[in-house]
Amino acid sequence: MFAVVREAIDVTRWNRLVEDDSAGAFVFFEGRVRDNAEGRKVQSLAYEVYDVLAEKEGARLLHEALARFPIARAACVHRAGHLSIGDTAVWVGVSGAHRTGAFEACRFIIDELKQRVPIWKKEFYAEGDSGWVDHSAVGARAVRQP
Amino acid sequence: MPKGRPSVSEPKSVSLDYFAIFREVRKKDRETISTSAGTLGELYEELRERYHFLLPQASLRVAVNDEFASWDSLLSEGDRVTFIPPVAGG
Repeated sequence: MFAVVREAIDVTRWNRLVEDDSAGAFVFFEGRVRDNAEGRKVQSLAYEVYDVLAEKEGARLLHEALARFPIARAACVHRAGHLSIGDTAVWVGVSGAHRTGAFEACRFIIDELKQRVPIWKKEFYAEGDSGWVDHSAVGARAVRQP
Repeated sequence: MPKGRPSVSEPKSVSLDYFAIFREVRKKDRETISTSAGTLGELYEELRERYHFLLPQASLRVAVNDEFASWDSLLSEGDRVTFIPPVAGG
């Protein structure tokens, strides 16, 4: 299951979604908002999401993970809206018979999500300015347009 | 036009959904426009001139009616087009 939510991620509830009697290994990844980026002090973040397409693409990448790795279940949830330092922005959970597949699948899901799922992140800096994060930009990480 | 001649076609009405930097530049999240662009790529170049979007087409993806599409896809009357700036989930 893949979802985009606008309230705090209930990690305990999500953990239960990957429970499986055939699984001996459970790998969870939690991405939280940190107070710095590329040497700049960050005060908060805002995530903007193209909900319909994000949920389609997120579901597709979970299916790809299930086809590609020896795992039992996979789930992922991402926040939208304004987040504070320490808030959980994304959670990924994978269960499988053994740890290797579960670790690899969890890594695959978070890496692919960052590249493919239409979610945008705006950083609000301590100096008062803000910018959209663009990992693809050479030299400039946050893009602005007047 | 930056390069070549666009394929000329009858003007059509399409709607644009804006996210992130596009929403901020246009100061709205949706609008309906009339265009004679034949493909999605031509549409973006037309709007880039009209609205002074700075992001090059190569840095974007595009979706039509809530599904990813290629820039050379033909544009149809009533399409809902979304330009997807570089994503940054996680």
